[in-house]
Amino acid sequence: MTKQADVVVIGGGITGTAVLHELAKYNLRAVLLEREPELAAGTTKANSAILHAGFDAPAGSMKARMNVEGNAMYHELKDQLDLDIRWSGSFVAAVDDEQMAVLQDLKKRGEENGVPGLEIWDGAKVHEKEPNLSKDVKGALWAPTAGICWPFGMACAFAENAVINGAEVLRECEVKHIIVENGAVKAVETNQGTIETKYVINAAGVHADEISKLAGDDSFTIHPRKGEYILFDKTAQKDLVYTPIFPTPTKMGKGILVCPTTHGNVFVGPDAQDMDDDCKEDTAVTIPGMDEILSKSRHLVPNIPVGATITEFAGVRAVSSTGDFILGPSQMTKGLIQAAGIQSPGLTSAPAIAKYLVDPIVKATGASWKQDYKPGRPAQPCFRTMAAADQNALIAKDSRYGRVICRCETITEGEIVDAIHRPVGARTVDGVKRRTRAGMGRCQGGFCGPRVTQILSRELHIPITEVRKEMCNSYMFYNKETKSGGKA
Amino acid sequence: MSVETKQINCINCPLGCLLTIELTDGKVTNVTGNTCPRGEKYGHQEMTNPQRMLTSSVRVENGFLPLLPVVSKSTLPKGKILACAEALRDVVVKAPVKTGDIIVSNILGLGVDIIASRDMEKQ
Amino acid sequence: MAEQLYDIIIVGGGPAGLSAAYSAWQNGAKKILVLERDREAGGILQQCIHNGFGLHHFKEELTGPGYAQRCYDLVKDKPEIEILVDTMVLSVNDDKSVTAVNPKKGLIKVQGKTIILTMGCRERTRGAIRIPGYRPAGIFTAGAAQRMVNMEGYLPGKKIVILGSGDIGLIMARRMSLEGCKVQAVLEICPFSNGLTRNMVQCLYDYDIPLYLSHTITAIHGKDRVNGITAAKVDDHMKPIPGTEFDIDCDTLLLSVGLIPENELSRGLGLAMHPLTNGPIVDQHRETSIPGIFAAGNVVHVHDLVDFVSEEAEIAGKYAAIKATGKLPDSVADVTVDAIDQVRTCVPQHVRATADGETIRLFMRVRKPMDKVRLTVKSGEEVLLTKVLPVAKPSEMIAVNVPADKAKGHHDEWTVSVKEEEA
Repeated sequence: MTKQADVVVIGGGITGTAVLHELAKYNLRAVLLEREPELAAGTTKANSAILHAGFDAPAGSMKARMNVEGNAMYHELKDQLDLDIRWSGSFVAAVDDEQMAVLQDLKKRGEENGVPGLEIWDGAKVHEKEPNLSKDVKGALWAPTAGICWPFGMACAFAENAVINGAEVLRECEVKHIIVENGAVKAVETNQGTIETKYVINAAGVHADEISKLAGDDSFTIHPRKGEYILFDKTAQKDLVYTPIFPTPTKMGKGILVCPTTHGNVFVGPDAQDMDDDCKEDTAVTIPGMDEILSKSRHLVPNIPVGATITEFAGVRAVSSTGDFILGPSQMTKGLIQAAGIQSPGLTSAPAIAKYLVDPIVKATGASWKQDYKPGRPAQPCFRTMAAADQNALIAKDSRYGRVICRCETITEGEIVDAIHRPVGARTVDGVKRRTRAGMGRCQGGFCGPRVTQILSRELHIPITEVRKEMCNSYMFYNKETKSGGKA
Repeated sequence: MSVETKQINCINCPLGCLLTIELTDGKVTNVTGNTCPRGEKYGHQEMTNPQRMLTSSVRVENGFLPLLPVVSKSTLPKGKILACAEALRDVVVKAPVKTGDIIVSNILGLGVDIIASRDMEKQ
Repeated sequence: MAEQLYDIIIVGGGPAGLSAAYSAWQNGAKKILVLERDREAGGILQQCIHNGFGLHHFKEELTGPGYAQRCYDLVKDKPEIEILVDTMVLSVNDDKSVTAVNPKKGLIKVQGKTIILTMGCRERTRGAIRIPGYRPAGIFTAGAAQRMVNMEGYLPGKKIVILGSGDIGLIMARRMSLEGCKVQAVLEICPFSNGLTRNMVQCLYDYDIPLYLSHTITAIHGKDRVNGITAAKVDDHMKPIPGTEFDIDCDTLLLSVGLIPENELSRGLGLAMHPLTNGPIVDQHRETSIPGIFAAGNVVHVHDLVDFVSEEAEIAGKYAAIKATGKLPDSVADVTVDAIDQVRTCVPQHVRATADGETIRLFMRVRKPMDKVRLTVKSGEEVLLTKVLPVAKPSEMIAVNVPADKAKGHHDEWTVSVKEEEA
């Protein structure tokens, strides 16, 4: 099977989906390829979920520029795409005079980068806003434009909007080869057939160097850096924080933070473990990792409520050999556009990166703006936050909104069915979880997991034994064996 | 004459009494440690012909639920439990079913019926 | 949304809820509503298809569904008792109104004169115990797996490791063996099993399943699906001992690592909670810190026998009915009941003493397994009850009665003690 496209985007994380969203505004045939059954299956699903203000990266870097531009763009995208973002602001906390001096440097750097509203607060003012912070905190850098977000939901929102505007998303689609002729990209060969295209945008996360090599460009490498997290129950937020709190950065990095989520949980993490290059998929949590983030987070919040832990997870960040984002046309292969080395602040930068990469393609191809471009995406009903009258109206229309499947988060069957049938809908139990929060509460799907499996089986018309947790081969259940070999 | 003692836990009830069983030439001559007469009986039986209850579930056609829980009406020889469980995996019943209805009579010729442990209405 | 008035609204239709409803009916309540979130009443018993239930309460050995059937048969077809299934309670308020939702009726708002909370408990998960490793498919709580196997007809896997030797873990070890699966090992972090002895015998020994005491899991392997675990021995502080690790081949990990009372609604209500039971603090009638709101069963403290759940629920049902239809006897003193020495928890946590006195049933758990202990209930320095027990284990709840004539007039603080007898 061969199909034609103008642009193929490789990778369905936040960068790839933001790029697809940008492409879909123009009369371009755009196809996104994702290897796993769900979008945002790599770095995008396991990171600190912060929209950074933009004072971290050195002035003049791509990171600094994309961060500040991306942050501003999200302020508009939030309403357009109904993104789950809370503009919380953020603090960098200092515990001694030396660190207070570092805050001054950060503030100066942020101002050079164009970050608005930065202020240095004294300890009393910081404690008034965040009373659980350590008494050692002497002051903090306040960045009012920082925010917290739900990255998986944002990637879905980008993809949903792109798809309703004619873009295509192929999941479980693995790139086998990239055909290059006369130094220019010609086609992408996948397990689902060949796609002829002049442009390939490489947004393959930790695997971006491998994809680049397939297209004949070995000018950079990507090293995996693992970060572990511990997540606490919502009931523990009152003992923790309502604003992201960073320690004062050192040359080792931004450090371990204590940070709320948009859903009212709080997490601590990440550490930074440089991994061997063959460990790009190593998302295992470790005892030393968990011990380290707990002990370090206590410098910021002394009384971490360890008993309220609900889960631990790890993500792998893509660190490029250049130290900065690698963005734009490959110097070695025509038509190959890199979006590589997208580590922090990649999430914040995604819409800016998308525009930065797509604008030249639009110019080069002369593609016109879609006259019938549809902004936004289908509304996603959320039973638990609705007014009673709206809840009743919804149940009257579809009784499945009256059946609560996830008791921890009060998620109804109607919302789960909607998540499955939306554009680029959920195919897996974790796909349902990340779209609806069913299974994300304190029982972590112990109660609703089997029920969600049954709903997926029914709605997707597949046997229970073919329902997966998340990854391609993550099957959940088996048939009982019988003497006759039949299925009981 | 050889006398030996064995210690086993009674499984009749949650107390789980630790029984001391005295065997003379392989025959049970004394059971101590039990709090009720069932313990003594268990001690004898466990040394000669150990017995267990079996519970499982069988497929239901047209039922309110896909499976019906079942239980052996009395104990079965311990050594036959796995074979009986395997046999039950092939059984299909039709709803409605009442508690106590015989689902498999005389399972594997052991003289024990398998009965429904709850009602199962039609879908 | 017409607001109906009930004598008693019961939140949860498991064995506690059904037993409370029946007892309330026996004690004169005329309008009782039971709200159950599942497709039928009976609660977790419906998936506990094994036998061993009911010896105390029904004086015969029943399966879980059999016990549920008995409880249900007692309350069904009674015009005074209404049971709504497929109904999730969203909130319980201190004015004793309840909001629930159901696919057929939409939002339901009802008003009770009294409320009984019988929400049961839930299983502790992987996250709560911090097991290192990947997060693949194939990790289930034992209860979730039990429901799939026993009620839906699917297997969670073929080659199983079970972490935790609580009763659900042991019962699942046998169930998986009976279903033709291979149970590779049961690992227990404590130096003793947390299950009933009878379950050790008939669920593990009968099937030659190895039990590793003082062991835990130090890694879960497999990115998509579990393909093995690493186990290690732990020291006295339950920390893995380096060098003792070994791998076990498996495709499934079942967790049986404890139960937690399901108290989100109780917390929403602002009930006073006990830090060790994780349930509401109750008096001898199972009335909570908010008058007219009662609680019973696993929501108050996790039981090992459903028989005791029923017994406790009957107490709550009875006194809720008396309160709803008339008046509870006046209390002359509020007496604290303190768990001391080797008693870890005791329910009720306080007694509202009446002038006439009444029999007080105490349920307790000890801190560690012991042989030959003395249990003593005192009011101040006065001994109300003392007896010797041959064994005491954390996994087995101890229940004793303080007779009415002993309880009467003893208004100094009560202490409940278990101590090892001197040899």
